[in-house]
Amino acid sequence: MTALMEAPVETRTSAPALLELHGLTVEYGRARAVDGVDLTVHEGEILGLAGESGCGKTTIANAVMRILRPPGRISGGSVVFRGEDLVGKSDEEMRQFRWRNVSMVFQSAMNALNPVMRVGDQFVDAMRAHERIDRKRALAQAEELLELVGIDRDRIRAYPHQLSGGMRQRVIIAIALALNPELIVLDEPTTALDVVVQREIMQQVEALKRDFGFAVLFITHDVSLLLEFADRIAIMYAGEVVESASAQKLGADPQHPYTQGLLQSFPPLSGPLERLTGIPGSPPDLRNPPSGCRFHPRCPHCKPENGSLYLRQTTERPVLRQIAQGHEVACHLVEERRA
Amino acid sequence: MSALAPLEVRGLTKHFARVHAVDDVSFELRPGTVTALVGESGSGKSTVARLLARLHDPSSGSVLFEGDDVARVRRRRDVLRYRSQVQLIFQDPFDSLNPVKTVRHHIERPLRIHKIVPSRQVEERVHELLRTVGLVPPHEIAAKYPHELSGGQRQRVALARVLAVEPKVILADEPTSMLDVSIRIGILNLMTRLKQEHDIAFLFVTHGLASARYIADDVLVMYAGQIVESGPIEEVLAAPLHPYTRLLLAAVPDPAKRLQADHIEERKGLAGAAVDPADGCRFVSRCPLAIDVCSRVTPALVEARPHQSARCHVTAPERTL
Repeated sequence: MTALMEAPVETRTSAPALLELHGLTVEYGRARAVDGVDLTVHEGEILGLAGESGCGKTTIANAVMRILRPPGRISGGSVVFRGEDLVGKSDEEMRQFRWRNVSMVFQSAMNALNPVMRVGDQFVDAMRAHERIDRKRALAQAEELLELVGIDRDRIRAYPHQLSGGMRQRVIIAIALALNPELIVLDEPTTALDVVVQREIMQQVEALKRDFGFAVLFITHDVSLLLEFADRIAIMYAGEVVESASAQKLGADPQHPYTQGLLQSFPPLSGPLERLTGIPGSPPDLRNPPSGCRFHPRCPHCKPENGSLYLRQTTERPVLRQIAQGHEVACHLVEERRA
Repeated sequence: MSALAPLEVRGLTKHFARVHAVDDVSFELRPGTVTALVGESGSGKSTVARLLARLHDPSSGSVLFEGDDVARVRRRRDVLRYRSQVQLIFQDPFDSLNPVKTVRHHIERPLRIHKIVPSRQVEERVHELLRTVGLVPPHEIAAKYPHELSGGQRQRVALARVLAVEPKVILADEPTSMLDVSIRIGILNLMTRLKQEHDIAFLFVTHGLASARYIADDVLVMYAGQIVESGPIEEVLAAPLHPYTRLLLAAVPDPAKRLQADHIEERKGLAGAAVDPADGCRFVSRCPLAIDVCSRVTPALVEARPHQSARCHVTAPERTL
């Protein structure tokens, strides 16, 4: 079992950029699922990407991996990994790139294991698809990886149905680690699991990250989880990033009304209980997004009596602006308050 | 505690072959009260809800509905009455709605089957129910198909359908776990309102302690088929007796925690279902407080504080005379 070492919280925004998205735009037919997103993942950091279903967070992951399903396609912008643009790469180049540089753990990935193959063979398959390694050495490595994620070595001979959901999810994470990637994309890796298992897996990811130094792009709708485990957080709404900041900053001082609404959607476990309102309404249809700020139909601060501000909110698209070191917000209200 | 319990569970037990999914579970659901049933996957909490909904027959024990043992009820008329009075809401509102039928159809059906209102009033009642669950304008929503609704709206339709038969008890099995966090609160607020305005007794099955605290009055904590702690939720969360309740509490994401970096105890054993359980506490292999007796003697549920009970030799020992 991996020793879970306590370490001070680090924010590594100063580390070099590993993955940079510049104006990334992804379209599914007439719907722009991702619309001009700029995002940077630095070496060795956990970047959390949060938002409601349909906000485009999974689409970003799929675009980075270049595994968008038709009719989904990257219609603009670039995905730069260590200075190299991935958008123009051929399929074969991408196949090499995936797993060796970036690996991805999908939502309900625990169902991604082949049910009629032993766990060990699934490691061997993944490894041999990407490097020349003999079976015996691959299996030995697989045993080590299993141990790293807290599973007994002898489970290498188990079939997936003999493992619990949490163990299958750990196996998937171990396979994702097999080729020692620099970036791991985790798409809702713990959503189907209960809190105790979720915490164990998150602690393991954190410990492995420290030992191996990979970066993590962590996608979830659960901001409370990110506040605890991520270094930085980007909040997405209707295909756009509306706020990004360090986890501490975002938790303590959220600026965008959408971020505020998300954070106020979690009832507290201790202290006084107040009636919460969540966020009224639902996310917009991306085939026909609202004019101006996409959040304005649900925004508690968008009222006709605000005159010129209201006009801007309903007609002008806000842009992401830095309001403090490492803290960016796209909101007219925040801008006017600061002006 | 004065209100008559419409549903009372005594020694409820369900074994699936060697798996003791539910073992000797007792509790009551009171009108206008939400009772949260919490535990991790495999703890048996959903099986309890299904037993109460009569989707399974219990191996032993009884479920008393207004004093009558439901498990023994066989007459069609009585079964129908029970089924209309005790309603179940599922986790995935998409699975429980028929994709080729409109919202109107889903809500009309129970009204007609259980003859709740005369035919000519059905439409009016459908609209009224939709308004009750916050789906407006009702005539537009009624004409929609499930795929045209968001997850939160679908769960509201499920609630409207359940309310149509004017039930006394609603069993809600993880009704918000498939929904976005921003939508969950709306459903929880709706459940709170329904409990107050319609005096419904809710069983709220969940693994989220925070949402349990938000709407529940009482809590039952399940582990490996048994209730290991029960009591008023504020008191249980403020001062949990059972080490498992403490583990669950510690596992909830909490932004304040990263500063303390307090990692919880790694589990040694495997959680979940009890297969051929031996004598002794089922939590013993994961318990940081375990003493000698824990692996030999099964602890009983002991009321260690007023209204708060736990199954633990260490924190809720049986009083020996």
